[in-house]
Amino acid sequence: MSLELIATYAVAVFLFIGSFFIIVASIGLLKLNDPMTRLHAPTKAGTLGIGAYLLAAMIHSFTVGEGSLHELLIMGFIFVTAPVSANFMAKANIHRRDCMQPPALPEGDTWATLNVPEEDREIEETARHT
Amino acid sequence: MTQASELLTLSLYAALVFVAIAQFMAMIRLWIGPGTGDRILALDTMFINAIGLIVLLGILQGTQIYFEAALIIAMLGFVSTVAYARFVLRGDIIE
Repeated sequence: MSLELIATYAVAVFLFIGSFFIIVASIGLLKLNDPMTRLHAPTKAGTLGIGAYLLAAMIHSFTVGEGSLHELLIMGFIFVTAPVSANFMAKANIHRRDCMQPPALPEGDTWATLNVPEEDREIEETARHT
Repeated sequence: MTQASELLTLSLYAALVFVAIAQFMAMIRLWIGPGTGDRILALDTMFINAIGLIVLLGILQGTQIYFEAALIIAMLGFVSTVAYARFVLRGDIIE
């Protein structure tokens, strides 16, 4: 069994793994029934799926010609930024009150995520009542 | 060798079909909402799936020229997700 043969099988296997994770991510995005639960599916499984695809692309580039490790850049970038954007989306959910709310604070304090700038308070108030 | 390359071709086309289905599902979530957070999440997922489609196209054609496109889409996806979430949070993107 030559090295090239093993590499080709590895590419196929990684493509199947990636497809599995990608489809799980999208089914989760569509089927789960709470905004915060839905947040989990694509930000974890989807990122893993893309990681598997990029690994397959990297191995494939070594089998067809001179290999390249460029894909590591995209992989690293996505793995670093996915949790950050997930955190931002969770904060947006809390701010819009689409989920369970954090516990009440002592008199006069507000959570930074729920806080609204002074000049926007009236707009926010009317928007909530309509 | 022919068996291996047949398996590779099969897995490539299967992956393309799966990513297309995933893209369509994210599109449905973008359409039905219901909240702003869900729409931002669906858009982020569509960006991720678009990177997947481009990478698969690169494997299919055996070239490296799609690498820069995938990297730029990854960066734009992150920046646009953060910008949308920040707009919902603060009513402004850069204060």
